[in-house]
Amino acid sequence: MIPLAIENADRYVGGAYLVFLLLLLIYVAIMAAKLSRIQRELGSLAELAERRSGETPPRGVGSVRGRDQEIEAVRQGGR
Amino acid sequence: MSPFAALLRKDLRVELRTLRSLPAMALFAVSAFVIFRFGLDRTTLDGELAAGVLVPTLLFAALLGINRLFVAEREEGGFDLVRLAPLDRTVLFAAKASALVIYLVVLELIAVPIFAIFFLDSASGLVPFALVLLLADIGLAATGTLISTIATMSSARDLLAPLILLPLLIPLVIATAGAGEHLLASGGPDYGRFGTWLGLLGLYDLIFLLVGYATFDFLLED
Amino acid sequence: MASALQSITLRRLAIATVVVMGAGYALAFLYAPEDADQGFIQKIFYLHVPLAMVALLGFIVAGIHAIRHLRTGDPKHDARSYVSIHISVIFGAGVLLTGAIWAKGSWGVWWEWREPTLVSFLIVFLLYATYYPLRYAIEDRERQARYASVFAITAGAFVPLNFLAVRLAQPLVHPRTFSSAGGLPDSMLLAFLVCLAGMALLWATLVWFELDAKAASANLSRIRRRLEATT
Repeated sequence: MIPLAIENADRYVGGAYLVFLLLLLIYVAIMAAKLSRIQRELGSLAELAERRSGETPPRGVGSVRGRDQEIEAVRQGGR
Repeated sequence: MSPFAALLRKDLRVELRTLRSLPAMALFAVSAFVIFRFGLDRTTLDGELAAGVLVPTLLFAALLGINRLFVAEREEGGFDLVRLAPLDRTVLFAAKASALVIYLVVLELIAVPIFAIFFLDSASGLVPFALVLLLADIGLAATGTLISTIATMSSARDLLAPLILLPLLIPLVIATAGAGEHLLASGGPDYGRFGTWLGLLGLYDLIFLLVGYATFDFLLED
Repeated sequence: MASALQSITLRRLAIATVVVMGAGYALAFLYAPEDADQGFIQKIFYLHVPLAMVALLGFIVAGIHAIRHLRTGDPKHDARSYVSIHISVIFGAGVLLTGAIWAKGSWGVWWEWREPTLVSFLIVFLLYATYYPLRYAIEDRERQARYASVFAITAGAFVPLNFLAVRLAQPLVHPRTFSSAGGLPDSMLLAFLVCLAGMALLWATLVWFELDAKAASANLSRIRRRLEATT
């Protein structure tokens, strides 16, 4: 087996690892998109729940913690 | 009469009376042979070319036939009839697979001699090859019954069964064509790796008959 | 409470993955010697072979989950089977891509029919790719899951058989294979094993991650249905 010149071999090894990383990143990106869709859905459900119990939505709409607490409150209340 | 025999007879009787699959399968195979004659631009075949034409042709003809057999059953409510009966569903699997083996054997009884007339110089390798084909038919019947049952209950049934079956049947093709390459060689049959290929076929048959036996129930419960 | 436990495990898995994979590839590039025959290009071995082994194991794990699903009827086993196949298929694509690159670098061709692992993987990939049209073609959820489980079991049984068959089909003269995992010097073996462990951890992390996301989506649907029902 004739060993390739060093630069060529480098390129192929790098290419293979790069392809692997790209696959991984693409997967992560798709999952991130899914997650942000879940976040948005969660937000709209929280508003729905608050409107149901007559409160106004909190100002810090970007807070994940705040929303989680709202959902918990709804769950407790609905039980 | 045992339920198995009854089911088997029903399937065979229906096919005999209506002859809806077998003639088409045989015709397909013969036409395919002609296409290969022109596609390869050859008038005789031996060794790997002979195997390479015969085995895939039989495979595709079988796929056509399998589709027809199961789709018709579904449309006529045959499956529902059996589901209502107090039967061990595995019997249905055994009956359907056996019917399929018989169809395939009949197909081969027609197509292989024609292939030999068209392309082969000597037919001496065909007898051991018949054994190879029989083992392959059993494996094909096992996976074919399983996958076709899955496919008929779905909406894309015409496309799905061959799509799933083709990769699944590749080990069978490897073994059958591998054996055929040696048995149909121009200098007469060569038994070089005969045992290996028979072993692979036997293993395939065993595994997928077992899988079918173990899981077929779950396909028919409601 | 259950989901809190799950996220702790996911975090731990992810950290373990990073640590082990990092160590593995550090060993592969800095500790293991360069292969005498193949040269530097052999380093792809530490990526390609672990990907392949973990993907195959993943398919078999999916089959086991499918058996559990048929036995118990519990949809969580079906979810595990589904996600296992999903991640393994992605890993499988990685195997084919890295394998092609390795082939190009070693032999100057993008594909080599005489490489048994590559060919086996192509066949396995083709089979599992049909899992998705199968699921989408069946509308009834419960039946879809049951049929998918039968498929996963059949395909899981197929995987080892397929490898045997392809290996038997290889020409006895002039075989062309990537270097095998047998007969490695100790330093290479160590690096390989750590990379393998890292890849397995990565697989587990991604499966866990995707299962979590699915569970979250399902919970959301439940809440939405609850809220909209009280209209």
